[in-house]
Amino acid sequence: MSAVSPSVAALRARFGGRVLRHAVSCGDTIVYIAPGAVHEVLAWLKDDPDQRFDYLTDVTAVDYRDQERPLEVVWQLRSLARKADLRVKTELDKRQPLAVASVLDLWKGADWLEREVFDMFGVTFEGHPDLRRILMWETYAEGYPLRKDFPLRGHFSRAEQTRQALTANPEAHYSLEELSIAAAYGDLPVDMQERLARGDRGSVK
Amino acid sequence: MSTRTVEVSLATPSLDPRGAPTTTPLGVALPAYEAGTDDLGSEHMLINIGPQHPATHGVLRLVIELDGETVIRVVPHIGYLHSGFEKLAEYRHYNQIIPLTDRTDYLSPMANNVCLALAAEKLMGITITERCQVLRVVACEISRIISHLVWLGTTGIDLGAFTPFLWCFYQRERLYNLQEAWTGARLTTSMTRVGGLMADIPDGFEAGLRDFCRTFPRTLAEVDAMFTRNAIWCGRTQGVGVIDGPDAINYSLSGPMLRASGVDYDVRKDRPYLGYETYDFDVPIGEHGDIYDRYRVRLEEMHQSVRILEQALDRLERLRGAPINIDDPRLILPPKHRTMSDMEAMIFHFKQVMEGVKAPVGEAYLGVENPKGELGYYFVSDGTAKPVRWRVRPPSFINLACLPKLCEGVLLSDVIAINASIDIVMGEIDR
Repeated sequence: MSAVSPSVAALRARFGGRVLRHAVSCGDTIVYIAPGAVHEVLAWLKDDPDQRFDYLTDVTAVDYRDQERPLEVVWQLRSLARKADLRVKTELDKRQPLAVASVLDLWKGADWLEREVFDMFGVTFEGHPDLRRILMWETYAEGYPLRKDFPLRGHFSRAEQTRQALTANPEAHYSLEELSIAAAYGDLPVDMQERLARGDRGSVK
Repeated sequence: MSTRTVEVSLATPSLDPRGAPTTTPLGVALPAYEAGTDDLGSEHMLINIGPQHPATHGVLRLVIELDGETVIRVVPHIGYLHSGFEKLAEYRHYNQIIPLTDRTDYLSPMANNVCLALAAEKLMGITITERCQVLRVVACEISRIISHLVWLGTTGIDLGAFTPFLWCFYQRERLYNLQEAWTGARLTTSMTRVGGLMADIPDGFEAGLRDFCRTFPRTLAEVDAMFTRNAIWCGRTQGVGVIDGPDAINYSLSGPMLRASGVDYDVRKDRPYLGYETYDFDVPIGEHGDIYDRYRVRLEEMHQSVRILEQALDRLERLRGAPINIDDPRLILPPKHRTMSDMEAMIFHFKQVMEGVKAPVGEAYLGVENPKGELGYYFVSDGTAKPVRWRVRPPSFINLACLPKLCEGVLLSDVIAINASIDIVMGEIDR
């Protein structure tokens, strides 16, 4: 087991009680920080001349099987120059709204990573300008797939999933004609509205 | 000289819960586009490429806003191949996750298998045998050559060059035959196990690989002669899709994308695994960060992979007959004939298959240098035989995220070239 990263002592000296605790697992140092201090701590780690964690390797989250345990958001940091790594975590109470500050202004690479965590775990990254689902579709209504309370086969029954997939009419997503129809929906005759609602697109020209 | 606003809104038509058509906004509203010197007052055009389009290299969908032929912005849409591998892994033993990794980056399945085994071994604190290390290096480097050959061939096609595609796929076929002889599969290799390998290399493999290493550089020289000073190739790639070093780091790029921008970072050199520090090879670095430099970097990486393979083959000769698996019956399945005849072996076999291998409480992140960039597997264990969380750090997902930046202000045809130069695999992006 390698030793604790020296960044931990520096973090404690700089942020005191907002660095909650640290741990070493399989040689990697993990620092737990208070949810409110995320942006400040990560910005300091990126810019401090002694830390220089300039590379954001990954942003992800962990939901434990024990439902009492808080959900963890994980940032894997790396300093390319110093060849050092640090894993920063914050714990979010699942009874509260899951929200944490976005680090998109520090690393552009956080854009899609934060969107994925939002998509899969429902964690809101405050300050992210374009936080929407990325792997699931925008109208996905079953919840957040990587949460432990999400069943492996989804919340909806297979019949309901099939019904929704058939109603969605995926071909409609790619035609510009459909765009204009959708915009003009209210002006269409009633029978045409009904036909559209049934997904009966073939006759609309 | 007039200023005008964009009247095109990027939106996806969809149905609301009652079934009525509606539109879902695709992105945030960007500030009004300053028309600059364009006073023709032309309308912006919205075009859609994919998800079923050969030039998007899989089921990638790009919505592109055009002013004439100039790209104003690109909005990529992904998720069409989302299979929930990370969720599935939470219901599987560590060895059972290996088949899932085949299907992520399906152009380099063996390298993914190796990464998974290494991450699980880091979590469990296992040291593998020397022969196993060398064989895994062979697997990684074969995968790198295969993946880069596909990249080179398909990118050539995207830019109108068909012949190198045939050369590349002929050479790739030779490696696929070797891979098939070793693992029994061309794509779904699943060739590693936690603590070792599924099988040792078969007879004739070393001779075949030596033959490949001897003759393959000739193909690279032909591609080099065809492309590197070709006026069309240079015109289409030089100065297109440029990203500089600091930006590449800020966008978390990795692999050839990062190195083409002049950042000297290769996981094999900077955080060595599998004894890569003991091999003699160079890491090619670009300087302009354009498509041309990415091509040069990947071409040179194939030369370097051949160098590594030759050194690995020498080591294999020295290690002939050495074990490929660690000596631990709790982790490695006993041979089938012993399982059927020896009581103790049968118990170990039963416990491994039914209960799986328990990992200690803890977590481990391990990154390897895959052909596409840094592939990282992050395991969180609560002490049971199935991980609490298996996170894939997908290199092409993160590399693709900078596509909108690379495509600012380029021509429509350059979007295809830039997208090809990122070297994406949708199986890995969507997982």
